[in-house]
Amino acid sequence: MKSILCISRHSPYGNALAREALEAVLAAAAFEQNIALLLMDDGVWQLKDQQQPLAGIQKSVARNLSALEMFGIETVYAHQPSAHQRGLSAQAICIDTVQWLTDDQVRQLISQHDHLLSF
Amino acid sequence: MKFTLVILGAPYGDSASQSALAFAQAALADGHSIYRLFFYADGVYNATRLAAPPQDEHDLPACWTQLIKQHQLDAVVCIAAALRRGVLDPTEAKRYQKSNDNLAPEFELSGLGQLIEASAVSDRVLTFGP
Repeated sequence: MKSILCISRHSPYGNALAREALEAVLAAAAFEQNIALLLMDDGVWQLKDQQQPLAGIQKSVARNLSALEMFGIETVYAHQPSAHQRGLSAQAICIDTVQWLTDDQVRQLISQHDHLLSF
Repeated sequence: MKFTLVILGAPYGDSASQSALAFAQAALADGHSIYRLFFYADGVYNATRLAAPPQDEHDLPACWTQLIKQHQLDAVVCIAAALRRGVLDPTEAKRYQKSNDNLAPEFELSGLGQLIEASAVSDRVLTFGP
């Protein structure tokens, strides 16, 4: 089986890419594929706690992130320098399955996977 | 090399669709094969047959349909992404009681499973997005 790394680089509510990236990850997990998710650049904002999407207008990205564990994705990777640059605290995040990675560790993660899906 | 291309950008919205088209043309001209084109997110807008760009502009949707026909490419449009953006084939138009459909006949609506399956069998998966 080929392994896929999905890199999600967009903020949760500015456009639909964050949510549609998560839908692709959930679909791959549902098909029992080897898939991992890496949040970087503005994508780390998806981890912010206390998200308050507009009821009936926006679906919660935080809720989709927390669903990953049920689909067997026990770790969500996130780029620590992206969070640091944006002042996002590792304490103020919405899921507890995050593993923070340095630049080097991101490089390693990318090289460990057969395919990249970049959103 | 066997490629799958994921297109996330609408025609004219950003350069993603044009870049993907140029890559596909170059790869095929160079003897590579394209296992699947997968249109997702705003990329589904590439599949409407109702686009009518001004005559002095590059007709990107027409270039896609021509390439797909010429090389008999498998062009899949994510059904969930397409339905919420109003890109419908006749079956879905009927199902949701819409007055018309607009999916160009060179494309097919299907699920994200088609992207997953394509990544399993392709040597490279390339994403073209904003």
